[in-house]
Amino acid sequence: MEAVIVKNLVKIYGKDKTAVDDVSFRINQGEIFGLIGPDGAGKTSIFRVLTTLLLPDGGSASVDGFDVVKDYKQIRSKVGYMPGKFSLYQDLSVEENLNFFATIFNTTVKENYHLIKNIYIQLEPFKSRKAGQLSGGMKQKLALCCALIHKPTVLFLDEPTTGVDPVSRKEFWEMLKQLKSQQITIVVSTPYMDEANMCDRIALIQSGKLLSIDSPKNIITSYPEQLYAVKANNMHVLLKVLRKYEQVMSSYAFGEFAHVSFKDPGFNPDQAITYLKDQGLSDIELKKTAVTIEDCFIKLL
Amino acid sequence: MKQFLIFIKKEFAHVIRDRKTLLILFGMPIVQILIFGFALTSEVKNAKIVIMDQANDISSEQIIAKIKASRYFEVEKTVMSHQQMENVLKQGDIRLAVVFPANFNNDLLHHNLAHIQVIADASDPNSATTLTSYIGAITQDYMTGILTTNNIPYRITPEIRFLYNPQLKGAPNYVPGVMALVLMLVCVMMTAVSIVKEKETGTMEILLVSPFSPFKIIVSKAVPYLILSLINVTSILLLSVFVLDMPINGNILLLFAESTLFIITCLTIGIFISVKTNSMQVAMLISLMGMMLPTILFSGFMFPIENMPLPLQVISNIIPAKWYYIIVKSIMIKGLGFSAIWKETLILVGITVFMLVISLKNFKIRLS
Repeated sequence: MEAVIVKNLVKIYGKDKTAVDDVSFRINQGEIFGLIGPDGAGKTSIFRVLTTLLLPDGGSASVDGFDVVKDYKQIRSKVGYMPGKFSLYQDLSVEENLNFFATIFNTTVKENYHLIKNIYIQLEPFKSRKAGQLSGGMKQKLALCCALIHKPTVLFLDEPTTGVDPVSRKEFWEMLKQLKSQQITIVVSTPYMDEANMCDRIALIQSGKLLSIDSPKNIITSYPEQLYAVKANNMHVLLKVLRKYEQVMSSYAFGEFAHVSFKDPGFNPDQAITYLKDQGLSDIELKKTAVTIEDCFIKLL
Repeated sequence: MKQFLIFIKKEFAHVIRDRKTLLILFGMPIVQILIFGFALTSEVKNAKIVIMDQANDISSEQIIAKIKASRYFEVEKTVMSHQQMENVLKQGDIRLAVVFPANFNNDLLHHNLAHIQVIADASDPNSATTLTSYIGAITQDYMTGILTTNNIPYRITPEIRFLYNPQLKGAPNYVPGVMALVLMLVCVMMTAVSIVKEKETGTMEILLVSPFSPFKIIVSKAVPYLILSLINVTSILLLSVFVLDMPINGNILLLFAESTLFIITCLTIGIFISVKTNSMQVAMLISLMGMMLPTILFSGFMFPIENMPLPLQVISNIIPAKWYYIIVKSIMIKGLGFSAIWKETLILVGITVFMLVISLKNFKIRLS
């Protein structure tokens, strides 16, 4: 059974600012589904429609079989939602926040403690500290606890790792993996491409349009060309001359390398090295490299 | 119910942990009642005056002695020429000059008619009028003194009694006004700001995606401020009774019941503002400008409504503070019962219901 069904969803702000443009996808129960895309791609708008906070301007969506427009009340008592911005009471302590949200959702911390135990253990030493004085990572953990405390069927996490340090980010994803084993469907959005691999399935989204939906593995293996990483003494010149080279299909900067793919599948990369040397570049390094989600994203643009 | 209680507990925690809010909430009423009660009275005390006595006879001396004895005047000095008098008046410190012409006593005794000239600095017309009438009263008093000794048969002495406030104290007028003002500010601004704050910090987003319905959110937001405002009413009344020596003549329970009604009226206005705005600054500005000014102008506690042009008089009818001001004055000062204020009470109920209905109609169960 599908936990979330989105059909031809359209969301328009004002007169003509289309934030979500004819988006359709289905999320299976118990999977971690990632919405991957840069800022302003329409991720938050999709989340807000699914959590009944915004009305769609076209198409339909349902969560747990309930329509987001008609049955908003049922959805509101079943799902867990963690907005992108830290949205707990900064002047209440960790414990007070948790108790407050547990009570608002008609439950107690004790009843569902097993769900948050692994996360809350790390927060326990600071339980009388005010939420506003926690570190970024701790805040996200507390927000996750508060969103989980009523044992939601679907958990919506809007950019939960934005502004969080790499170690906390990794920990956070470990927690999501654990929650998956509790049969909670998790819908998560992130602008970080490297986090895509942690999801069961991902949807790549850009300017309100879906580019591709599949498991991260399938998306990577469906990348049609062999990808090379190139480095030379002058990055700026390298990118310029690569763009002029007629054999090159695509080229773009990727960290300290330039990622390049060639038009002819049987192309001998040594030719490219010779070409680059002719253009006056030195210290040239060219090697095959593995495709990442980011490469797929750039390819799909 | 448990949801309600924890929400209210949370609201109290917000107020108590924020020192600034706490200070505004409980400091403002006290400061205002003291400022209005002591500093801003319309009585004129210790006005500096000069006297030019060209007569220097027994009558003028007796009147001057009476003026000097009065607590309203402080005779700064005596001047000798008109030129000198004009100069001191121009300096601005001196509010009034009294001139006795030569032969004052003679005129009084032989012609039965004597003049004194009273020159007041009317750049502040209200106090000028008040001061000249004080002088008039003093001379009148002196005349009555002479007349009783001379035994003239027919005499009409108007005996004036000031009802409800015989000593013409300033405080009775201000206390009901300050109560209306403070409750208006506290209730409207605090509720509006506290609801809009949830919108601004994003917590409203989480609250909306919960089984706790938006209507309940609003009600549980209003309850703490109702309680806090009642504490404010109590502290204002205590101050006015024990510091400003102003007794409560009417039924105190009725006063509290009417205050509760007015607080609820204000809360619904605050809720309406919060429904219509999305940022704390805007909510605060609207509450301050939109509520405080009309309350001061149109409630009748600073400026008499009867003197306003007709359109403004009509506008004043939609200001809840006007009706509450009348109610409090009736109960506190005149000591009247419910039968005298049922009309005003009904109007307040009407405004409350109206505000509640339009707030609920405009309330958004979603974002934007």
